Amino acid sequence: MKIVIVDESPHRATILEEGLREAGFEDVQRLGEMHNLLKRIYAIDPDVILIDLENPSRDVLEQMFQVSRAVRRPVAMFVDQSDAASIEASVNAGVSAYIVDGLKKERIKSILDLCVSRFNAFSRLEDELARAKSDLEDRKSIDRAKGILMKNKNLSEEQAYAALRSAAMREKKKIGEIARAIVTAAELLK
Amino acid sequence: MSGTQKLRIGFMPLVDAATLIVAVDMGFARAEGLDVELVREASWSNIRDKLAIGRFDAAHLLTPMAIASTLGLGHIRVPFAAPVNLSTNGNAITLSPSLFEELLQAADGGLESPASSARALAKLVKQREARGLEPLTFGMTFPFSTHNYQLRYWMAEGGIDPDRDLRLVVLPPPFMVESLREGHVHGFCVGAPWNSVAVDAGLGVILHFGCEIFPRAAEKVLALRESTLTSDPLLATALVRAVVAAADFCDKPENRDAVASLLSREDRVAVDARLIAETLAGRLTIDARGKQRSASEYLVIGRDSCRPSAHQAAWLYAQMLRWGQTQFSADHLSAAQGVMRAELYDRAVGDTSRCPAPIGAFAGPTFESDDVAGYLRAFPIGEKS
Repeated sequence: MKIVIVDESPHRATILEEGLREAGFEDVQRLGEMHNLLKRIYAIDPDVILIDLENPSRDVLEQMFQVSRAVRRPVAMFVDQSDAASIEASVNAGVSAYIVDGLKKERIKSILDLCVSRFNAFSRLEDELARAKSDLEDRKSIDRAKGILMKNKNLSEEQAYAALRSAAMREKKKIGEIARAIVTAAELLK
Repeated sequence: MSGTQKLRIGFMPLVDAATLIVAVDMGFARAEGLDVELVREASWSNIRDKLAIGRFDAAHLLTPMAIASTLGLGHIRVPFAAPVNLSTNGNAITLSPSLFEELLQAADGGLESPASSARALAKLVKQREARGLEPLTFGMTFPFSTHNYQLRYWMAEGGIDPDRDLRLVVLPPPFMVESLREGHVHGFCVGAPWNSVAVDAGLGVILHFGCEIFPRAAEKVLALRESTLTSDPLLATALVRAVVAAADFCDKPENRDAVASLLSREDRVAVDARLIAETLAGRLTIDARGKQRSASEYLVIGRDSCRPSAHQAAWLYAQMLRWGQTQFSADHLSAAQGVMRAELYDRAVGDTSRCPAPIGAFAGPTFESDDVAGYLRAFPIGEKS
């Protein structure tokens, strides 16, 4: 079975491709360039096309449902109403699958489940990365704000931190935000 | 309604999302008790699917797509309902400057009228075939779109069979201009502002406004899941009122600059405000020499365009039949008409005077919704049932 992954994010495409190979799908190709997409897909002639939902070219693939000379093989996707749950899971994960007519339903289901779990894993990784980045930035700002308070108000480190924390509670803001505000203000007042 | 109701509404970055964007960003939705988060989307397919599964409460949608989803064409069947139109017309056909020049050489009576430009295009198509050249390729935004039907109708009047004599390909609107530059397409039909973006970049010449093909074609609706009408019967009323108030605001010439600057924002349409203002005024620069063309009907927002029309839905269903996207069924015809919920519009605004003007066409038979077969038979090109 030939599978094409259409994704402009090389990291995510790699994660998906690895998953598919581990599951025994050997013939996986990636397309990261969107120009002339349909032509290139027809040249590969895949059975399954996977595309991320941030990709505007998703509408290009919808043309494969049409009967016309520009379209070689008609595509069917979940024409069965019972597949609404699969669509929901895949849309929530951010991926969509186009399946060429004639494939067994169970095989489609297993590919789709794999896509959904890999896409979800990728978003979790991205979230963790973003969180780690903002944690690090928070820590840096908090250290600088503590230093400013200690110097200007003659506080101990512990007192400076307590001051930041109570300001955050009073203002209903994150302690990192308060720290950044202090750093900015101090720079302006220099 | 007590308090405010939180909603998520999806839209595509196009000028005809103006009504929705103004309704939300200028407080018309808030005045109806709606707290709306507008979500900019990357594709029509995403909007359809997110509305279908409930990630969106409502959406800016191509009218033919709302019908296709209701009938289960090309995708699973999820019935949608349109209690108000967001826009009528607004598309244009743009050609590469070199195709425009060739067309001008081939035309006997200039290119002003779509009938003569279509005949000239048919001549070029034959010449290319005789010389063994690749067929011409035109871009449009979606199989179930007025852009697709406008191109096909126009070409077929010149004697071109769009499924045999040339290629029509789907392209996302933001990729149209680049595709023209790269030579992947020779022309396209797309909504504002993308025709103007092509002209501005010196890559395209606007040949026809959509309203020169069809004087009044339903373009975008505000779509809801049909099931929402029963689960939340007051929602449609509040949305219709907000949209109609916003549409009237958008249609006032003195508000154009404010609307254009709102739409130009990065999280909205993200295109130069000057191009958006030109579109709203219906005065477009059509070629690199700065030639202008005006039509007050170029993009109709407000005026007579808000009230949904079952006649428009039947006409769109007939276009689907003509181009082989489905086969006639009386049930489908009435389901298509049932998407357009004029009664919800009337209940919300209590004004039935603003019915859309007749659809019309630059050539071909008059459409009557009770004789779809007769309408289709009158065309030499296209399916007959």
